[in-house]
Amino acid sequence: MTFPLGTFTPRPGAGRPARMLAVHARTEFLVTVRHPEQLLLTLLIPMALLVGLTVIDLIDVPAGLRRVDTVTPRVLALAVMSAAFTGQAIALGFDRRYGVLKRLAATALPRWVLVCGRLAGLLGVVAAQLVLLGGAAALLGWRPSAVGVAWALPTILLGTLAFGSLGVLLGGALRAEIVLALANALWFVLLLAGGIVLSPSQLPGGLADVVRLLPSGALAEALHDSLAHGLAPGWGPVAVLAAWTVAAGAAAIRTVRLS
Amino acid sequence: MSPPAVEARGLVKAYGAFTAVDGIDLVAHRGQVLALLGPNGAGKTTTVELCEGYRTPDAGTVRVLGLDPVRDGRLLRPRVGVMLQGGGAYPGVRAGEMLRLVAACAASPLDVNWLLDTLGLRAVDRLPYKRLSGGQQQRLALACAIVGRPELVFLDEPTAGLDPQARRLVWNLVSALRADGVTVLLTTHLMEEAEALADRVVIIDNGRVVACGTPSELTRTVVDGPQVRLLASAGIDLPMLSAALPEHCRIEQVRPGDYLINGPVDPQVLATVTAWCAEQGVLVETLQVTRPSLEDVFLDLTGRELRS
Repeated sequence: MTFPLGTFTPRPGAGRPARMLAVHARTEFLVTVRHPEQLLLTLLIPMALLVGLTVIDLIDVPAGLRRVDTVTPRVLALAVMSAAFTGQAIALGFDRRYGVLKRLAATALPRWVLVCGRLAGLLGVVAAQLVLLGGAAALLGWRPSAVGVAWALPTILLGTLAFGSLGVLLGGALRAEIVLALANALWFVLLLAGGIVLSPSQLPGGLADVVRLLPSGALAEALHDSLAHGLAPGWGPVAVLAAWTVAAGAAAIRTVRLS
Repeated sequence: MSPPAVEARGLVKAYGAFTAVDGIDLVAHRGQVLALLGPNGAGKTTTVELCEGYRTPDAGTVRVLGLDPVRDGRLLRPRVGVMLQGGGAYPGVRAGEMLRLVAACAASPLDVNWLLDTLGLRAVDRLPYKRLSGGQQQRLALACAIVGRPELVFLDEPTAGLDPQARRLVWNLVSALRADGVTVLLTTHLMEEAEALADRVVIIDNGRVVACGTPSELTRTVVDGPQVRLLASAGIDLPMLSAALPEHCRIEQVRPGDYLINGPVDPQVLATVTAWCAEQGVLVETLQVTRPSLEDVFLDLTGRELRS
């Protein structure tokens, strides 16, 4: 094969940032939702827990609430943790292993697009989770108040940022296999003892205080307040989520490595 | 005058106790092809990664298009194309998606479908990266390096693992890039690749430059002038032939039936050899005037022993 003269004449320059961001975010989103294990973690397990805990009498239901009202906010908190923390950490660990970050770092993508594109892809995944899990909960009889939903959305955004920063912190520095093991183990511990399935008030006193300071406990409590009771989230959980976001984000900036 | 495309002086990079790059100097002039040639583990990839700005040198300086690749990376990246040695794509990404993502980062990229066609990747456009063959992954990496119409491309082992057809395609592509004024810095451990493509060759071994120059300059450094290779029956009377040859010509048997004549080669030498063979009833199968190949230079400089 021969090439006509001028085929490769240099015309260097960076793409438009908005387009770079859109294509990067779209690619991140598609790669995530196509991945079978990501799908299991971010959608199938939360869906199974939503249905299971709603129809089977396993957790205590606060007085005056239906089972689905207390289960749904907890499952949404789990979904955010699954996608933003565990899923994000594992994907980042393996993307580093396979040179994806190195490849993208060599393009004209500015560093902020590299971060925001990944975040936008993640927010797309979380939005899809909300629609599918919220729709399933509605079929099970869930009827949140409009005020509750309005409060829940910024809380979910903050929760995504907090868990996303922790996911990047974990996935950005260690070897892929270690990330895989740690991210899954932490997911399981936080699910059972981190305030997601059981609220802090159902835990022994000392443990309850610790759990209120965890991002999982804070997010579940804040979503429960909004979606089950129609209240604004308390300052406590919001402050906890903001603190985790800032601390993990600041640490991640120093520790993330391309490969 | 614009600065060279790549200029490195006294580059040093160590990983712990191991010094991968130990004082390398190199210059890639604009619009030329520079080949870094060396055995595996010689320090080629580290050298290229220092030029790409992935690593910071422990000592020495590197300027790419007149800029510092680490500090001025933001300005440099839109102008430079990079092909990594292996990897560089999400395992689950489709081949076309990955190329379109990299293309979106450039202001006036090549047409992605045309490039997929050209590199024989159109059929796997929608296939996940992890299901591509090694050669297809390699060609996708090359596509990602050139899609943004860069001024300078770094190609780390661009033909490693390719079949002969794909290798020829890559060679044509590198020649076309050069013809269009793109500077190419490539690494290879294939002599014929360096000989076929490069304006200048830098031979690296153990993190040091052991030779540099144009392919013909390099071949002149080991053996002066051409040699004559004679293929005939084994066991001809060497002392007798040697006596018939002009002074300063030496003949040796390299393998049974394969003889090499060194020394000032002129038409008289060839006439003498054929006349002597005719007298002795020796049938000449091949009589060839050859120049030493880059491979001879390479083995001469880096040793003929297999490395552990």
